[in-house]
Amino acid sequence: MDLKLKANQIRRDTLNCIGALGVGHIGGALSIAELLAVLYFKHMRIDPKNPQLQGRDRLIVSKGHAGPAVYAALSERGYFPKEMLLTLNQAGTNLPSHCDMNKTTGVDMTTGSLGQGFSCAAGVAKASSLRGDGATIYTVIGDGESQEGQIWEAAMFAAHHKLSNLIAFTDYNGYQIDGAVDEICDVAPLDKKWRAFGWNVFSVDGHDTGAIDAAITSAKRKRNHKPNMIILNTVKGKGVSFIEAAKAGNHNMTMSREQTEAALRELE
Amino acid sequence: MFESMEMRQVFAAEMEKHMAENKNIVIIDADLSKACGTYPLRAKFPDRVFEAGVAEQNMASVAAGMASYGFLPFIFSFTPFASRRIIDQVTLSCLYAGQNVKVVGTDPGIAAEYNGGTHMSMEDVGLYRAIPGSVIFEPVDAIQLAAALPQIIAYPKSMYIRLWRKYAEPVFSDDYKFDLFKADVLKEGSDVSVFVSGFMTQAAMKALEGFKAAGIDAEIINLHTIKPLDEATILKSLAKTRAAVVCENGNVHGGLCEAIAALAAQNFPVPMEFVAVRDRFGQVGKLDFLAEEYKLRPEDIVKAAKSAVSRRVFP
Repeated sequence: MDLKLKANQIRRDTLNCIGALGVGHIGGALSIAELLAVLYFKHMRIDPKNPQLQGRDRLIVSKGHAGPAVYAALSERGYFPKEMLLTLNQAGTNLPSHCDMNKTTGVDMTTGSLGQGFSCAAGVAKASSLRGDGATIYTVIGDGESQEGQIWEAAMFAAHHKLSNLIAFTDYNGYQIDGAVDEICDVAPLDKKWRAFGWNVFSVDGHDTGAIDAAITSAKRKRNHKPNMIILNTVKGKGVSFIEAAKAGNHNMTMSREQTEAALRELE
Repeated sequence: MFESMEMRQVFAAEMEKHMAENKNIVIIDADLSKACGTYPLRAKFPDRVFEAGVAEQNMASVAAGMASYGFLPFIFSFTPFASRRIIDQVTLSCLYAGQNVKVVGTDPGIAAEYNGGTHMSMEDVGLYRAIPGSVIFEPVDAIQLAAALPQIIAYPKSMYIRLWRKYAEPVFSDDYKFDLFKADVLKEGSDVSVFVSGFMTQAAMKALEGFKAAGIDAEIINLHTIKPLDEATILKSLAKTRAAVVCENGNVHGGLCEAIAALAAQNFPVPMEFVAVRDRFGQVGKLDFLAEEYKLRPEDIVKAAKSAVSRRVFP
């Protein structure tokens, strides 16, 4: 399977999803397209025909505003038809801005209040280890989200409870709503922080599917009783020139029909 | 039945039985397991009773994650840290996400005594009441607590349990029949309805002589479940007595007083008095001093009842 093509498809479907509504959290959705491709099309043991399969691998997108990218990946993986992507935030939709496990087939946790999904992921990893079912629990946090104190509470908890079945990712795209992360309240050095908290730390190009794949494989092989943090060095709004250029402005931006078409042309 | 056992000891002893039967129950503590009484359970269930440390927010969301996996977590802290400290986590990770987590807050209201204002939750009931779909339970004594636990465990959604942790004088007898969503009429009467929760129930029972001396035939009703209210029982009593006193160990704003006042206002308005903390923070002190300071004594209930009765209007 060509994961680069899958990432491109997820990016295109994310644009279609947000473009249909005309506004959305485009930047932080596009920045995790490669990660979602590697997880849903290479690593996760899941069955779209049996979404509640016991002992399945789970993905908790703690940066819940990346919902549209998750929906694009889920539909590409066969959880629901592509047409559903056009219902984002419409009245009565099953696809709200922020991930909702009770609305969207394939979503493993309701997220949106930053920091909480990461703790939930630690709880899921703890639960899986108690059951002894061998599942791997994946979770994604934002770099801005890393300013939440709860992230570091969960960091201690996961290390203390030796949750080696937990593989976390930081989408280190450098921007949050109000501006550059390093100008608002810097989270650097993330690698040293996570290492100091007792985690295995990997740092890779978040737009290189091969590098992400290799890091996940390494994390799984560690078996040193530590949770794993894979820092994804990414570009917010990756793949579309005018979205990338908006920097922090792309966190939640309007997308006209013309802009959506222009963006899709760049991804052909 | 439980003789001199503290409420936390009763909780732990009963949970031990339930945990032996129900392998999905887990207990998570936030460095207060000795204070909350769960500590002895660690030796019995080393995998299912564990610490989150002084990190209550993480504890609440970890519990939600475990609930999503089929476990039934009970999380413990003092009431302020089981409410205001983690209200967003309980609201979203637990209730909004539809995860079943039982939040146990101990030492409600003035019970914190020497821990003082920082550890006294005057607002916890108000905070929890305002969350859509929340359930709030506050047991009066060991018998009621033990009777409630099977129904709490069986209830499929999150709940807040406001637990007196030390010894509570018995109010209920061994043959007590408990219903989580039904209020208990402790004494029937015709002059005034006295609605009480938690610690104020014992105070109301101690006020019986005072009622008698004042020539008031009080009906005393315990609302062990503060939300949702047993509206039928409350309205039936109001229709009979046409006057009410509501007593709670917490702030008059947002709690049981306002809950019953709102119910009455919409259905059957009657003169109503409140025995509750009057918009003040807590402070250090022994229980007797605090009850006097915040006017939560039996004599305060009698005084309120006299006032309510004097304002009664008959058609």
